[in-house]
Amino acid sequence: MNYNWNWKIFFDPEPGGSGTYIQYLFVGLAWTLAVALCAWVIALAVGATVGTLRTGPSRWVERACAAYVELFRNVPLLVQMFLWYFVLPELLPTAIGDWIKQMPPPWGSYVPAVLCLGIYMSVRIAEQVRAGIQSLPRGQGMAGTALGLTLPQTYRYVILPMTFRIILPPLTSEFMNTMKNSAVALTIGLLELTGRAKAMQEFSFHVFEAFLAATVIYLLVNLAVVLAMRALERQVRVPGFIGVSTGVQAGH
Amino acid sequence: MFSGFDLDVIQRSLPYLFREGMIFTLTLTAIAMSGGIVFGTLLALLRLSSRAWLSSIAGGYVNLMRSLPLVLVIFWFYFLMPYVGAWILQQDQPVRIGAFLSAAITFTLFETAYYCEIMRAGIQSIPHGQVAAGQALGLGYLRTMGYIVLPQAFRNMVPVLLTQTVILFQDTSLVYVISSTDFLGAAAKVANRDGRLVEMYLFAAAVYFVVSFAASFYVRRLQTRIAVIR
Repeated sequence: MNYNWNWKIFFDPEPGGSGTYIQYLFVGLAWTLAVALCAWVIALAVGATVGTLRTGPSRWVERACAAYVELFRNVPLLVQMFLWYFVLPELLPTAIGDWIKQMPPPWGSYVPAVLCLGIYMSVRIAEQVRAGIQSLPRGQGMAGTALGLTLPQTYRYVILPMTFRIILPPLTSEFMNTMKNSAVALTIGLLELTGRAKAMQEFSFHVFEAFLAATVIYLLVNLAVVLAMRALERQVRVPGFIGVSTGVQAGH
Repeated sequence: MFSGFDLDVIQRSLPYLFREGMIFTLTLTAIAMSGGIVFGTLLALLRLSSRAWLSSIAGGYVNLMRSLPLVLVIFWFYFLMPYVGAWILQQDQPVRIGAFLSAAITFTLFETAYYCEIMRAGIQSIPHGQVAAGQALGLGYLRTMGYIVLPQAFRNMVPVLLTQTVILFQDTSLVYVISSTDFLGAAAKVANRDGRLVEMYLFAAAVYFVVSFAASFYVRRLQTRIAVIR
C-alpha cells in the first residue's frame, strides 16, 4: 500500500483552466442537479399522465400506456442513452438530425440526457401513480360520482390529490434514483459530478481523493433531499392515509 | 429513414455478440445474484440484530450503497481493488485485477445492499408468532431462522428478488464504463469498428427488451401461482 494522499489537490487548478478542482467538482454537481431536475419535471408530467390513464375506463388507452411502460422499462438506461444520442439523429430527417448533431458541446449531450432520463423515470413514476390510485378505497371514486362530478373532475379533485400524498415517500426515492441515474450521462460526454470525478482522477492521478469528494457530495445532497421531503410529508399528510406502506420494491 | 440499414453487420457479429458478450453479461448477472442473495440475507439478519452496533453497521453499509450512483461505485471498486489486493497479498505494488473479477465483486457487493432490503422486508413480513413458536419448540436462533423464518421469507419475496435480478441484468450494461466486453460492450465495439451505430444499438436494445420482458412476464405468472392465500 503506497498511495500518496494529497488533500491539497482540491485547491490546485484543473487543466481546463476553469478554476480549482473543488470548483470543477461543484460545477459537476450543478450539472447533475440540472439534469436531474429537468428530467424530473418530464418524468413527473409524463408519468402522472400515463399512470392516471392506465386506471381509466378505456381499454385501448390502458393497453397503449401499458405498452409504453413495458417498452421503456425493459431496455437498460445506458442503451436508451445511446439510442437518444447516437441513433435518434440518424433516424430523423436529415435537416433536423444535422441540427441536433451540431448543438454546441454541453447542450449536445445535455438535451438527450435529460430527455432520456425523463422518459426512463416517467415509467417508474407511472407505476407508482397507478399503484397509488389502485390503493385508494373504491368508495372515493364512487363518492365523486355521487356528488355529480364528471370523471376528469373526480380525478382532479378527489383521487389524484390523495394519490400524490400517499405516494410521496416512493416519489422521494424515485427523485434520488433520478439523481443517481444522471451519472449515466457521462457515457455520452456530459461532465456531471461522477464524470468530473473521473476526469479529475485522469488529470491528477489522485483517484481516491476525487472519488471520496464525489461520494461525500452525493451523500450530502441525498441527506438534504431526505430532510426536505420529510418536512413536505409532514405538511401535506392526511391522517390515516400516509404511512400506508407501499411494500418493498426492486430498484437500483 | 431506414435506407442503408445494414442487417448483414448484425448477422456477421452474432457469434461475437452472444458467445463473448451475452455469456459475460449472464455470468456476471448469475454471480452477482447468487452472491447478492446470500450476503444480502446475512446482512438483513445483521440489520435486524438486537445489538445496536451490528444493525447500525449493516444499515450504514446499505444506505451508503443505495445513495451512490452505480457508475461511481463501479469506478470506486475498479480503482480500489488493486490496492486491496496488494494489502491482502502483502505486496508493495497494486495487484492487477481483471475487468471481469472487478465487475463481479462490484456488482455482488452493490446488489447485496438491495437484496438485503428485500430480505429484510421478507423477514419482517413473517408474523412474530412464528419465531415464538420456534422458541417454544426449543429451537435456537439459527434453527428458528433457518427452518422457520427464512424459508417463508424467501417464498414471499421470490417475485421481488427475481424482479431485482431483471434490473441487475439491465444494470450490468454499465460495465461499459470500465470498457468490459459485456453484451452492450461487444455491440458498441462492433458498432464503432464498422461505423454501424444505428443497427447495433437498435439490435442491442431489442435483445435486452426481449430477455427482460420475457423474464418479467414469467415473474408475474410466478407471482400469481405461488401466492399464499391468507
